[in-house]
Amino acid sequence: MGGEPPVHELVEHLFRSHAGQMLATLTHVFGLEHLELAEEVVQESLLLALRQWPFQGVPDNPRAWLIRAARNKALDALRRRAVLRRKEPELQRRLESRQTQADLGAPPEAGALADEQLAMIFVCCEPELPAGARVALTLKAVSGFSVAEIARAFLVQEATIAQRLTRAKRRICDAGIRLAVPPAAEIPRRLDTVLQALYLLFNEGYAAHAGEDLVREELCVEAIRLAQLLTLRGDTRLPAVHALLALFYFQAARFETRQDGAGDLLLLADQDRSRWDGTLLSHGVCHLERAAQGDELSEYHLQAEIAAVHVTSASYAKTDWRRLLDLYDQLLALAPSPVVALNRTIAQSMTAGPQIALVSLDRLSDDPAMKNYYLLPAVRADFLRRLDRTAEAAACYRQAFALPCSEPERRFLLRRMKAM
Amino acid sequence: MAKFMLILQGPPDVGRELSPEEMQRKVEKYQEWANAMRASGRHISSEKLGEEGGKVLSRRQGKLTIVDGPYSEAKEVVGGYFLFRAADYEEAIELTRDAPFLDDFQIIIRQTDPTGCGGE
Repeated sequence: MGGEPPVHELVEHLFRSHAGQMLATLTHVFGLEHLELAEEVVQESLLLALRQWPFQGVPDNPRAWLIRAARNKALDALRRRAVLRRKEPELQRRLESRQTQADLGAPPEAGALADEQLAMIFVCCEPELPAGARVALTLKAVSGFSVAEIARAFLVQEATIAQRLTRAKRRICDAGIRLAVPPAAEIPRRLDTVLQALYLLFNEGYAAHAGEDLVREELCVEAIRLAQLLTLRGDTRLPAVHALLALFYFQAARFETRQDGAGDLLLLADQDRSRWDGTLLSHGVCHLERAAQGDELSEYHLQAEIAAVHVTSASYAKTDWRRLLDLYDQLLALAPSPVVALNRTIAQSMTAGPQIALVSLDRLSDDPAMKNYYLLPAVRADFLRRLDRTAEAAACYRQAFALPCSEPERRFLLRRMKAM
Repeated sequence: MAKFMLILQGPPDVGRELSPEEMQRKVEKYQEWANAMRASGRHISSEKLGEEGGKVLSRRQGKLTIVDGPYSEAKEVVGGYFLFRAADYEEAIELTRDAPFLDDFQIIIRQTDPTGCGGE
């Protein structure tokens, strides 16, 4: 053997993003009703890489290699199925163009590729599907997550996710949903469920409800990537998309400071603001400016602005709580939710004092959505603590501790309880 | 230095249930080991064996029989091999004990016969 082959490093998440793109391409050719066949073909092509590369080394252009493998596997699949055989020329054409792009080193999100992926996002977030299924299907069919990974991310059984996906796929076929980016006139309406799914996805990663990790960053990264895809087209690049991205970037900028060295939760008041990620913050500001173009004011605009107030304030003490209270009021009027109302009481406690905020908070406690939400008693405990009603505060911390939350959150509550 | 063959034997469906991300992690892990082997100058060659096909030839009483196999449905198949240099079995084992392949495969190490013409 001649000289040793050069060592190629794989781009982070290459397999995952390739899987998403390839699935979109193949589904466009095979038809939505053959989504599972497309999934199989993608899996087979990645398996081939897994099995060959250790012996041969990583190829010069891994993406082009993977596309070639997918093409061969897809052609095999087409030839095995008489009903699909006539789609061979179309498949050839599409895959050749992918191949050329990859060979030329074009970014994977270029042109037609982004359109195919966007069409998949719109299908996965079809209003016809239940909200929970939309996020799961998006992760599966657009983001290349496995059933097991989705189940881990949402802390539910694999069987539950598998069932949700099967039902969603059946629904897509039965409802005759089309695989295409909706016409421009329909996009504002159809974007609602897309943005909602991305928002859920990001939140799931940002505020894990249980388990060890406070932040499951991968979900947040994926939510940002998908929202970015929406900005690649003029007709999907609506102000609300930019608002959502601004919100994502503002939150993401604080990732590193939400935990101390020991993995313990740090509240906004205790975070080292100098360590917030300046690049991500400036992305956030940039998207917030673009979100302001046009006269639309979505809930994401308000959420992004709330986040902006926090990240642009020099210190916790200098936070503009009046502005926040005003934004929360607007948000409540636009999209009423007990969680928003809960956050509003915090702003209220900083402007009108904890005594008054406590009254607002008590009005929320009957809401069934708040029944198992640990933040309700935790916030109550904080108000009581600030009012020097120590015994009551301790009781509320204990109450919060008994409800589902992540391990870092649990340790935080424990520390507070001990400090009482 | 002697030549050793590292033969990977295992179930034919390794990795089938993995997610793309998990597959990439595994590839990277495999690669790290293979690259170290290459960088050390011990690597001679390595090949993955094809998954489809395969023929078994035998001759009995002058009659050649050719049958298909071994089938990939078999529980254990040879996935591929590495040929590398090592001083002795002890060192060959030392080089292989941390091979990530052991997560999925059984490894067979055989020295090429040092007394033959192929020996060095």
